[in-house]
Amino acid sequence: MSQQPPGEEIARRLVARASWQPLEVLFWAAALASIYVLPGRHLILTEIAILGLFALSLDLILGYAGIVSLGQAAFFGFGAYAAGLLAKYDLVTEPLLALIVSGVAAALVGFVTSFLVLRGSDLTRIMVTLGVALVLREIANRYAWLTGGADGLQGVEIKPLFGLYRFDMFGHTAFCYALGVLIVLFLLARRIVHSPFGLSLQSIKGNPVRAAAVGIPVNGRLVAIYTIAAGYAGVAGALLTQTTAFTSLSVLDFERSADLLLVLIIGGTGYLYGGLIGAILFKLMQDYLAALTPQYWPFWIGLLLVAIVLIGRERIMSWTKPIRALARRLDWRRSTTAVAVEGQRP
Amino acid sequence: MLTILFDGIAYGMLLFVLACGLAVTLGLMNFVNLAHGAFAMAGGYCTVILVNRWGIPFLAALPLAFLSTAILGLAFERTLYIHVYRKSHLDQVLFTIGLVFMSVAAVDYVMGSSQVFVQLPSWLEGQINVLGVGIGRYRLLIIIICGLLTLLLQFILARSRFGSRLRAAVDDQRVARGLGINVGGVFALTFAFGSGLAGLGGALGAEILGLDPIFPLKYMIYFLIVVTVGGTSSITGPFLASLLLGVGDVAGKYYMPTLGAFVIYTIMILVLIWRPQGLFARGGAR
Repeated sequence: MSQQPPGEEIARRLVARASWQPLEVLFWAAALASIYVLPGRHLILTEIAILGLFALSLDLILGYAGIVSLGQAAFFGFGAYAAGLLAKYDLVTEPLLALIVSGVAAALVGFVTSFLVLRGSDLTRIMVTLGVALVLREIANRYAWLTGGADGLQGVEIKPLFGLYRFDMFGHTAFCYALGVLIVLFLLARRIVHSPFGLSLQSIKGNPVRAAAVGIPVNGRLVAIYTIAAGYAGVAGALLTQTTAFTSLSVLDFERSADLLLVLIIGGTGYLYGGLIGAILFKLMQDYLAALTPQYWPFWIGLLLVAIVLIGRERIMSWTKPIRALARRLDWRRSTTAVAVEGQRP
Repeated sequence: MLTILFDGIAYGMLLFVLACGLAVTLGLMNFVNLAHGAFAMAGGYCTVILVNRWGIPFLAALPLAFLSTAILGLAFERTLYIHVYRKSHLDQVLFTIGLVFMSVAAVDYVMGSSQVFVQLPSWLEGQINVLGVGIGRYRLLIIIICGLLTLLLQFILARSRFGSRLRAAVDDQRVARGLGINVGGVFALTFAFGSGLAGLGGALGAEILGLDPIFPLKYMIYFLIVVTVGGTSSITGPFLASLLLGVGDVAGKYYMPTLGAFVIYTIMILVLIWRPQGLFARGGAR
């Protein structure tokens, strides 16, 4: 029956997998609608967008390349301080330009440190990423004349976006800005993971030795994705500085990296939306629990982590099964194209 | 100069007692236990309560701290940890970080967030002069206790039947199981013992390291450095690594205070890049 070469069949499936699902469209429509529907909640929505972008950066290396990192805060913090310093000393005054510069700077740090995570087992990687974050935090702490040390970076003034839109105290501009950046970077990430490059990453995650055997340059690919992810984290950090006009040592804290893992685990890894959904749930939960017991909020995070592991991540992710089934039923295009292809066959 | 060396050795010995349980856990079960510091903190707070509130003599409180932390460790191992051994490293990291966060918040809730001190008996305070070198009495006590413990550990591991079972299980778990060694039982005992040692270390170290609810987070990296730099295949590796780290850290803080902990982290990263299995690992170990 199947006369066509297997390559075409595979290519068709991959294209179908990369096509936009109705639920995805719905997700972004809801995100855009929140600009008008929830004007009073823009401050927390901005935080969610930033955390979502940060989680996206971890998903790129953890969910797609299988690198367990406990030090993603290093790049987040670097981006945050870069944006803060650029604004404070009037080096780059246009926020979007400063954002790009900060992201590129963080990506450079990621590139340099990526060679450290190539070797060794999971444990070595955990240690090295953790160590890099600690070294950066120590540097930020020591060079207080530049970073403000434990007091944080004071006197950051963010100029209007494009010289037109001032960052207001209700966070309307900030949210539109953060959401816009998130959407652009998400589209880019989506393109990356569905490209041959992204597919090769997934095969490296599955089995590095076999991936190397079929001719994938494993180390080169890992360096590339680690650099990209560092850039994403840097942009997220820079966004935080720009929308709050402040940054402190807490951006480099170990807790930030640990929370990030939790965010991604809540949402699920390896399908890009996990970080965004996790960020929404995490922030809402934090908002609710922190209002109850602000000081003991880490206890509930810890309990949640322990519970997630003991119950099993796969079992927890099974709540998405009905949603995924719905997505498949909604996906009329895939079924129609399949029929169309079937019909064209001689 | 010699005083710094002495302080460094005391500090390093303390780190060894704190971290050696972790070395065994990591080597035997290939389990990443970031919550090891939480047991040390438990031992420290246990001593604080025993000595400060109930007025038990300091030296008598130490074994009690060891025992209670060991029992606590055993309880956790049998009820919670046992489910996580077979899971991925990511799950283990998540699980133990969760435990750390819970312990931090729980201790904060029960004991308050400020730093606490153990009331030392007066004969442990002050310095004695030996050949012009000022030696803190308390640090001398630490070196004596930790030195004796190290010898005891070495004896148990090298000479006793339990030690040979443990070494067999660390070297090759499957074969050890095949020979009829109850690896799970050996591991539970070792875990309890390691937690107990951590508790004892926490009790001894409360004075030097400072004891507050974020203790497990603050010293997590130090324990991990000891283990990763020293390797997990023997007890001498972590011991030498602890001494190096202790002397290096004390000397670094004294001679180059502007750089501080920076040096230690950098050295750790370099060692890990150079020899991912640890400085003192035997060839062919996993």
